[in-house]
Amino acid sequence: MKIAVCVKYVPEGSRRLDPATKRLDRSGEGALNPFDANAVEEALRLKEASGDGEVVLVSMGPAKALDALRKALAMGADRAVLISDDAAAGADLIGTSKVLAAAVDREQADLVLFGQQAADGEGAVLWAAVAERLRRPVISQVAELTVADGQARGKRQTEFGYDVIEAPLPAVVAVSDAINEPRYPSLKGIMGAKTKPQETLSLGDLGVDAGATTEVLALSDPPPRADTRKVEDDGNAATQIVEYLAERRLL
Amino acid sequence: MTTLVFLEHHDGELQKGSLGVLAKATSFGGDVAGVVIGSGVHELAEHAGRFGASTVYVADDAALDAPLPQPRVDVLAALVRDHAFANILFAASVLAADVAAGLAARVEAGLNWDLVDVLEQDGGLVGKRPALGDSVVVDVGWSTEPRLALFRSGTFDPVESGGTAQVESVPVQLEEHSQLATMVERAHAESEGPNLEEAEIIVAGGRGLGGPENFGLVEDLARALGGAVGATRAVVDAGWYPYSTQIGQTGKTVSPKLYIACGVSGAIQHKVGMQSSGTIVAINKDPNAPIFEFADLGVVGDLHTIVPKLTELVQQRRGS
Repeated sequence: MKIAVCVKYVPEGSRRLDPATKRLDRSGEGALNPFDANAVEEALRLKEASGDGEVVLVSMGPAKALDALRKALAMGADRAVLISDDAAAGADLIGTSKVLAAAVDREQADLVLFGQQAADGEGAVLWAAVAERLRRPVISQVAELTVADGQARGKRQTEFGYDVIEAPLPAVVAVSDAINEPRYPSLKGIMGAKTKPQETLSLGDLGVDAGATTEVLALSDPPPRADTRKVEDDGNAATQIVEYLAERRLL
Repeated sequence: MTTLVFLEHHDGELQKGSLGVLAKATSFGGDVAGVVIGSGVHELAEHAGRFGASTVYVADDAALDAPLPQPRVDVLAALVRDHAFANILFAASVLAADVAAGLAARVEAGLNWDLVDVLEQDGGLVGKRPALGDSVVVDVGWSTEPRLALFRSGTFDPVESGGTAQVESVPVQLEEHSQLATMVERAHAESEGPNLEEAEIIVAGGRGLGGPENFGLVEDLARALGGAVGATRAVVDAGWYPYSTQIGQTGKTVSPKLYIACGVSGAIQHKVGMQSSGTIVAINKDPNAPIFEFADLGVVGDLHTIVPKLTELVQQRRGS
């Protein structure tokens, strides 16, 4: 089974928006999006359970995103494909899904995995757009995944409880961070990562564009919260809370 | 300018979040339509008229019974093809996010997500999106129509205007790939009490409870107030309470009228999921806990004595 895992390189530490471009400042250090580590881990477990297969990382980002890919290679992924192109900077859902779908299609993967969200843009929608472009079934927010007899079966959490959804391969699955505990790369894995195949592609190589249909217009500070009150419990805190709530007609 | 609102439903009820977005859409001044997709949902479509929709499209088909996203994309794509919608709006949910993103790719339309407001400007729309842990507000726009938007859960309240909608049935034609996923077990609420996103009162427990056995204190207070129980990521990760109750960036986003945080530090991961609550009361023994920076009423003290007393006082007041 061939598994493609879509991963993202995200800025580390305190993040800021560049006032000039109004985009996230990606000039500093970065790392593998922590939520994507769950998807990498799940891919490795599926490969280990089946005894054979390949785990391919697919990412779109700046050239230094290779560092993030190396971490996932050190965890055990087999090879990495990075789509890096200045024309893709600032790509939105439409552009990004087009690029990733083209890259995944080129791999002809049986299963495409995503993490539950991007830690930087806080987006949690990409998989559905990629699945649509690939014309494949999608299961999102999966907290338990099994793959057997050409079927993916995912248990997932919704606002109402748990669904179980099945879909034939090839399929697109987005996992939640409750699905597993990602492994730490071993020293051997870290050493071996450097020699694993890492390929960088341009948009031209894939024959797609990454034009955006949304735009950032302005940045501003969030409104401050109204006055807050802090009291020490002198033994009457419960009564104070009840009075406070009663004044505001919350009881 | 015609705006279409995706009306999500569960167990025969239109969801409050969708009706809230419908109310917001009526403020734009153009026509407002809703769409109800499911099986046996004709009555729900009529109901939406009372909340501001002048037209409600209804796709009623047994194949649409399970709340799966891809068949819904097919229905919406057909509507987009046949009508000129300027905006298509969704209240965020597990289902709605997948429907919105699938539709965006199908019709090549821009989608902005996690919006907390939208304004009409120069004949178009400007969305407001908090970013980077809500430390900055980003104004976002669309360069094509229809404009697709997902609103953070609980952003707008429904307004019952008592109107009547013209209900229009739409034919259902599903793509082959949209029918491949099947639902073998369907979500049913696993805990009693109101659904977290819809709850007007939430009592949440964090690591400060000291152990899973103390969640009873939180449950008792929630019961006395007629509210729901929430949990932080720390206690869910520790296995004290189920993941389905987790509030925060990786859990649910809630905005009840009243949020009582017991032993919750207020880490950013939790804050982004509950800071739009009406009134926030925090009880924590650590005076430096970040939650005191945004709690309306912060009480520095031992929750193990305060919470049971509070429960008792609430019960007395409510005569129960």
